[in-house]
Amino acid sequence: MRIDCKHVWQHISAYIDAEVEVELRADIDRHLETCEICSAVLDSTRNIVILIADDRVFELPIGFSQRLHARLDRELELTGP
Amino acid sequence: MPASNPEFETECIRRILAGERYLFHDLIRPCERAIYLVLLGLLRNEAEAEDATQDTAIKVFLNLHNFRGESQFRTWVLSIARNEGLGRLRKQASRREDSLEADTDEQTGDYTPAILTSWREVPSEALERKELGAILRTAIDELPPIYRNVVLLRDIEEMGVRETAVALGIAEGAVKVRLHRARAMLQKHLAPLLAGFAPRRKGLFGWGK
Repeated sequence: MRIDCKHVWQHISAYIDAEVEVELRADIDRHLETCEICSAVLDSTRNIVILIADDRVFELPIGFSQRLHARLDRELELTGP
Repeated sequence: MPASNPEFETECIRRILAGERYLFHDLIRPCERAIYLVLLGLLRNEAEAEDATQDTAIKVFLNLHNFRGESQFRTWVLSIARNEGLGRLRKQASRREDSLEADTDEQTGDYTPAILTSWREVPSEALERKELGAILRTAIDELPPIYRNVVLLRDIEEMGVRETAVALGIAEGAVKVRLHRARAMLQKHLAPLLAGFAPRRKGLFGWGK
């Protein structure tokens, strides 16, 4: 089945997560072969997903873990489950 | 996301309850980032999310005997984190909880992505440049809360759809829909900004700069 650009955009996220049905995936792949715009939209979205997953983007506050475990140490002394 | 290890967790919990309390550090460590992200998504404030993470960890410890192993340990922990976050929101008179929890998935509207025919991939090495990380963080922070929460858990912490749904108290379908909209918003906002971070063309075929 021939699908248009809007149709492809609706499924971009599921396509990236490999969650689209086989048939739809084939339709999207066929569309992507000839559509530069949708290819760019897909590639840019995927690139953004990869970048934001990088640990350097979202770091915990400095000293977060040390402060958490120091507080836990104090609590573990005081109470019990 | 650290792989969950149910056998380690079960054994750890058994020993903690039998008195080896110090093992709680090892039990909670793989969950602490996810707890923080759930709380940051709800509270939108780093210091408060950190404080709430500590309170959550203590509540997990105090309620450890209630964990029945019916769900993954981390899923159970994240539901405690969510309750902690919601409890804090209720106390904040200045913020309305319903605006954060409201389900606005019905707002549809067609979305038009940023259309770039000259898109070039930005390699992960570009994250060495501090501005890129800041641009990405700001874009995530500016998402409407219901979308930001899903991005924090699915794309930042790389949790599965089901676990994200439980942690946020929403249906799996809503996780997928919200993630789709969130990524679309990020693409529209970020794709034009990222062009400056793409490597220059090497001029492979003689026409590049």
